[in-house]
Amino acid sequence: MAALEEEFTLSSVVLSAGPEGLLGVEQSDKTDQFLVTDSGRTVILYKVSDQKPLGSWSVKQGQIITCPAVCNFQTGEYVVVHDNKVLRIWNNEDVNLDKVFKATLSAEVYRILSVQGTEPLVLFKEGAVRGLEALLADPQQKIETVISDEEVIKWTKFFVVFRHPVLIFITEKHGNYFAYVQMFNSRILTKYTLLLGQDENSVIKSFTASVDRKFISLMSLSSDGCIYETLIPIRPADPEKNQSLVKSLLLKAVVSGNARNGVALTALDQDHVAVLGSPLAASKECLSVWNIKFQTLQTSKELPQGTSGQLWYYGEHLFMLHGKSLTVIPYKCEVSSLAGALGKLKHSQDPGTHVVSHFVNWETPQGCGLGFQNSEQSRRILRRRKIEVSLQPEVPPSKQLLSTIMKDSEKHIEVEVRKFLALKQTPDFHTVIGDTVTGLLERCKAEPSFYPRNCLMQLIQTHVLSYRFFCLSLCPDLMEIALKKKDVQLLQLCLQQFPDIPESVTCACLKIFLSIGDDSLQETDVNMESVFDYSINSVHDEKMEEQTEILQNGFNPEEDKCNNCDQELNKKPQDETKESTSCPVVQKRAALLNAILHSAYSETFLLPHLKDIPAQHITLFLKYLYFLYLKCSENATMTLPGIHPPTLNQIMDWICLLLDANFTVVVMMPEAKRLLINLYKLVKSQISVYSELNKIEVSFRELQKLNQEKNNRGLYSIEVLELF
Amino acid sequence: MGEFKVHRVRFFNYVPSGIRCVAYNNQSNRLAVSRTDGTVEIYNLSANYFQEKFFPGHESRATEALCWAEGQRLFSAGLNGEIMEYDLQALNIKYAMDAFGGPIWSMAASPSGSQLLVGCEDGSVKLFQITPDKIQFERNFDRQKSRILSLSWHPSGTHIAAGSIDYISVFDVKSGSAVHKMIVDRQYMGVSKRKCIVWGVAFLSDGTIISVDSAGKVQFWDSATGTLVKSHLIANADVQSIAVADQEDSFVVGTAEGTVFHFQLVPVTSNSSEKQWVRTKPFQHHTHDVRTVAHSPTALISGGTDTHLVFRPLMEKVEVKNYDAALRKITFPHRCLISCSKKRQLLLFQFAHHLELWRLGSTVATDHLLHLKTKGPENIICSCISPCGSWIAYSTVSRFFLYRLNYEHDNISLKRVSKMPAFLRSALQILFSEDSTKLFVASNQGALHIVQLSGGSFKHLHAFQPQSGTVEAMCLLAVSPDGNWLAASGTSAGVHVYNVKQLKLHCTVPAYNFPVTAMAIAPNTNNLVIAHSDQQVFEYSIPDKQYTDWSRTVQKQGFHHLWLQRDTPITHISFHPKRPMHILLHDAYMFCIIDKSLPLPNDKTLLYNPFPPTNESDVIRRRTAHAFKISKIYKPLLFMDLLDERTLVAVERPLDDIIAQLPPPIKKKKFGT
Repeated sequence: MAALEEEFTLSSVVLSAGPEGLLGVEQSDKTDQFLVTDSGRTVILYKVSDQKPLGSWSVKQGQIITCPAVCNFQTGEYVVVHDNKVLRIWNNEDVNLDKVFKATLSAEVYRILSVQGTEPLVLFKEGAVRGLEALLADPQQKIETVISDEEVIKWTKFFVVFRHPVLIFITEKHGNYFAYVQMFNSRILTKYTLLLGQDENSVIKSFTASVDRKFISLMSLSSDGCIYETLIPIRPADPEKNQSLVKSLLLKAVVSGNARNGVALTALDQDHVAVLGSPLAASKECLSVWNIKFQTLQTSKELPQGTSGQLWYYGEHLFMLHGKSLTVIPYKCEVSSLAGALGKLKHSQDPGTHVVSHFVNWETPQGCGLGFQNSEQSRRILRRRKIEVSLQPEVPPSKQLLSTIMKDSEKHIEVEVRKFLALKQTPDFHTVIGDTVTGLLERCKAEPSFYPRNCLMQLIQTHVLSYRFFCLSLCPDLMEIALKKKDVQLLQLCLQQFPDIPESVTCACLKIFLSIGDDSLQETDVNMESVFDYSINSVHDEKMEEQTEILQNGFNPEEDKCNNCDQELNKKPQDETKESTSCPVVQKRAALLNAILHSAYSETFLLPHLKDIPAQHITLFLKYLYFLYLKCSENATMTLPGIHPPTLNQIMDWICLLLDANFTVVVMMPEAKRLLINLYKLVKSQISVYSELNKIEVSFRELQKLNQEKNNRGLYSIEVLELF
Repeated sequence: MGEFKVHRVRFFNYVPSGIRCVAYNNQSNRLAVSRTDGTVEIYNLSANYFQEKFFPGHESRATEALCWAEGQRLFSAGLNGEIMEYDLQALNIKYAMDAFGGPIWSMAASPSGSQLLVGCEDGSVKLFQITPDKIQFERNFDRQKSRILSLSWHPSGTHIAAGSIDYISVFDVKSGSAVHKMIVDRQYMGVSKRKCIVWGVAFLSDGTIISVDSAGKVQFWDSATGTLVKSHLIANADVQSIAVADQEDSFVVGTAEGTVFHFQLVPVTSNSSEKQWVRTKPFQHHTHDVRTVAHSPTALISGGTDTHLVFRPLMEKVEVKNYDAALRKITFPHRCLISCSKKRQLLLFQFAHHLELWRLGSTVATDHLLHLKTKGPENIICSCISPCGSWIAYSTVSRFFLYRLNYEHDNISLKRVSKMPAFLRSALQILFSEDSTKLFVASNQGALHIVQLSGGSFKHLHAFQPQSGTVEAMCLLAVSPDGNWLAASGTSAGVHVYNVKQLKLHCTVPAYNFPVTAMAIAPNTNNLVIAHSDQQVFEYSIPDKQYTDWSRTVQKQGFHHLWLQRDTPITHISFHPKRPMHILLHDAYMFCIIDKSLPLPNDKTLLYNPFPPTNESDVIRRRTAHAFKISKIYKPLLFMDLLDERTLVAVERPLDDIIAQLPPPIKKKKFGT
């Protein structure tokens, strides 16, 4: 759980921060010490744990520092640039910056970048990069121009990836952004164009980046208040070509877009980002930590005195200019878990911070630009992760599709959906599907005549993978409408596809499946793969008769003469065979019922709903189940033929459930009498099988004993032992 | 190597008694075990789980509770209403004190170890103060309606929990009054049918009381409010025992179905500080009731009616993967219950209350010659038959018996030697000399007596008194075949060798860290071979007063790792009369002849080779041959000795035969509903 701890101010000395704030805060070679460069003339070295400055250096009056001081980790010296071109290098012992090493360069420096483990790099304003050592060897060397005119470097960051220094910088030209990735070792410079996506007029206010094995994840905070992510490959496929990068929305509306003050964004670790800015246009500025994995706000802290819109993060400290003073907020992040993100995990709350929970509500429609989405919902967070190193079509098909849904005819929608599905792997495929279904269902509700069945079927079938949130959120509406329309085909599909159908809905489906007329069934196109053609078997009726009697799980009902019911039954053996060997329902209905048998349920929730089913339907279903049971017991493996048949356990469980729920009703029905007797016999046969098993076990034990005695060579024997 | 004719004997009808209580002592890493016949055994867990001491049982003394107090003092209480303290040095009962509350069902020592609490049949809880040499009654707590079956102290010593029939009481120790009475649900499998007996309670430092009862429940109570917090139904039968780890992060319960359940205090979610008790592991190492459990820092210990003592190590607590990490099941005593007369081919079996004498012969004619029943309620401590077969001696705690046997054709007559001297009251070990003219008795006062036997009479020759200041009892004796040397070993102080001719102490073998499990003196060379519980074997030359060269070589090279990993101690050592280089020894699972003339095996060679070396040239055979010739055919092996040059006798006791004599276990259904 990420937590911001109690803040503290680094110095009571007011820093000469201009309107732009500080120039920078940089790490020094000691863990606890940081170099703070103000926008004027001063560099201060702070020890954070002691909250006091260790040293302070200023350039002469009239000079101005243009680039924040950094530490050269290899030598322990500090490097700063003043007046754009003058490089100064000094160390802790030096007092006066005038007297330290000085090198005047031939071009203007944008920034010096230094990270642990490698020599500092100097990035010039024209985009050229030099190593510090190489530069110092010949300070007046010619610096080439890399970026075009009017292109301005906006932001830069320096990484070490697998011991290779990688430099990224972002430039802007007339509202277009470009990313340059410089592999310093191989001297490969790759240029990318950042595509801004839907919102063309947004201005990127802040950048941050983190790096993993293959990609630099560039996160940007736009003026619309959203955080976007762009994945930039470290090793480009084709460095020569100008490539485009698509950004994807990571977090929506984390800060107000039209804030007066600056906003800043910093990646804390793989899952967390810190955002500085005001969450609403009017409110005070806030530092908030977001979990991008779960899209939740982890913690936030109000900064009432306002900030400069700058944020630095090193080690475990966040630095910012709060009011006029430099404030440090220690930040701690434990491993995040879903339970923690959802608030299930208890954690102590700091009194100073207030936690705003921003959970995603999947039930509400997602997406951007949907007509029925009101302004309040714009604060919802969306997460899409997909990069495409290719040009995107100008109008996203999803948008087109959604607009189609709202007005066009069923036919047209179907064509559009098919088109969209053909495209398939767009980054927001899942969400668009969700939105489409929601849109369709909305329209179904509004217009009773509108029922785009084929569309819905197609959409359901797209989800070969169970995409839970989609099912969870949309199942009720979708199945509700299907139930209303008595669309058994769609219901069957739903039963097969969705893992989480509530028992009441399952039961409602069952009701429809049992009550629907045979003639209307004929018209539907039900998936028949779970049903084996039982009628084939009934050809061999004669043979079957014998088989059922012998092979009822090893029990022969004829042996049990003590039972009165048996005698009655034995009078009509012909009837019985017929009943048991011919399927009591038509094949299509059987397929539907099999879908019910396959669905997951919990007994306690299912039982009350089963009571609502009319008695004759119960008997019909029971007869069918009994028939399946007999079919099962025909072969030794106790399975049914077919591709995906119901299992014996499913059949038995449903028989038990139905009887449990409706026993008093069924027992009063004269036509169900024979069925009950049959079932009774079935149970009895099971019991006798078990008792036989018990007997066998006892016999086995005796055999085992005998076997042991064989090994026992009696109480006394004389043997020969040979040792070798 | 050799061929032997083996008399394989399985008619030793020995059944160990069931285990009633175990008590673990953290300080000394010892475990006290009491059995249903009143025997108390001490196992030293540091010395490879060796049973180093035992106190013989008594018919009228059913031990119901066992506990350590004041560090290393051991107390027991039982249904005869007495509290007893055991003298762990002299191996006798220090004193027995009647608590005057009827049969005692439970006992608990206070956390400080200075007080003792007993729960009695009449519903009273009595507090005793432990004084340096005795215990002293202090006072009664509020009398309860029914017997107190279980007791537990709060770790602070201010409160106690007492389990009774149908309820648990919480007492304030200062006032002695009951603070809470918590009624236990009687429901058994949904039917309220019988009384619910609280078999065990445990009081945790946070105030939680854990109870186990006859309805199969493990329940957690809040002692501050007297309310039930949580209930686990874990068995269809009684849960009979509970033991909590010292850290209070785990506990163990044993059920009448033979299952032992481990409960652990685990965080609700990772990284959270909130913890809850979770049933983590079930273990089924017993077939019958688990009457008692103990929780050592690294293992769960359980024992019950099926007579096994089981050590189940907690793998997460075991740091090194050594033999402590293995499951250990102890069934047989670590001492010899059988003696043998080589001359007449007789075997003397020792049972708790009788002796049996059998003659070995051909397979058709094995005679049960004699069944000698003891008088009185005391168990037999030790017994011996002389090599010539004409003397039998045995001892109980209070009496020593010596019999003279006369053989006339097939008839046998028995005559007790009366008028035993007063000092020969009780013996820990008895041994006859090879020529059956001398009897050596280790008495429990630490003295060794030498008695001359001639004709039908005996004469006391000498008594070696223990060195001044020690009272340690000698439990193992060995005499040299020429009758000149006598070796005696106690539980810890090393082996003393006496010169029998000159009647003086000859030397003392340097003390070793682990107790002696068996020893014997070789003929001719008079080398003393000593086996220790860590599976080391030493050979010490008595005339030279130093370890032999072979022993030094063995120590230098070390034993084979598989030899050191055996988990039963060597209980008997003997020698071949014609092959001086051979040492015969056995434990419960193997018989071994060590040939000192062959090279020692190193860790790379195969220690145990069950198959004869066929199709191999003599060279290879000679190269691979090593000193340890092992046979694992006979197991569990209780006794193995050489009758003559070519004949061995092996006494086995198959576990199935023991199980067959136990009461049937609770039946569990396998099929159907």
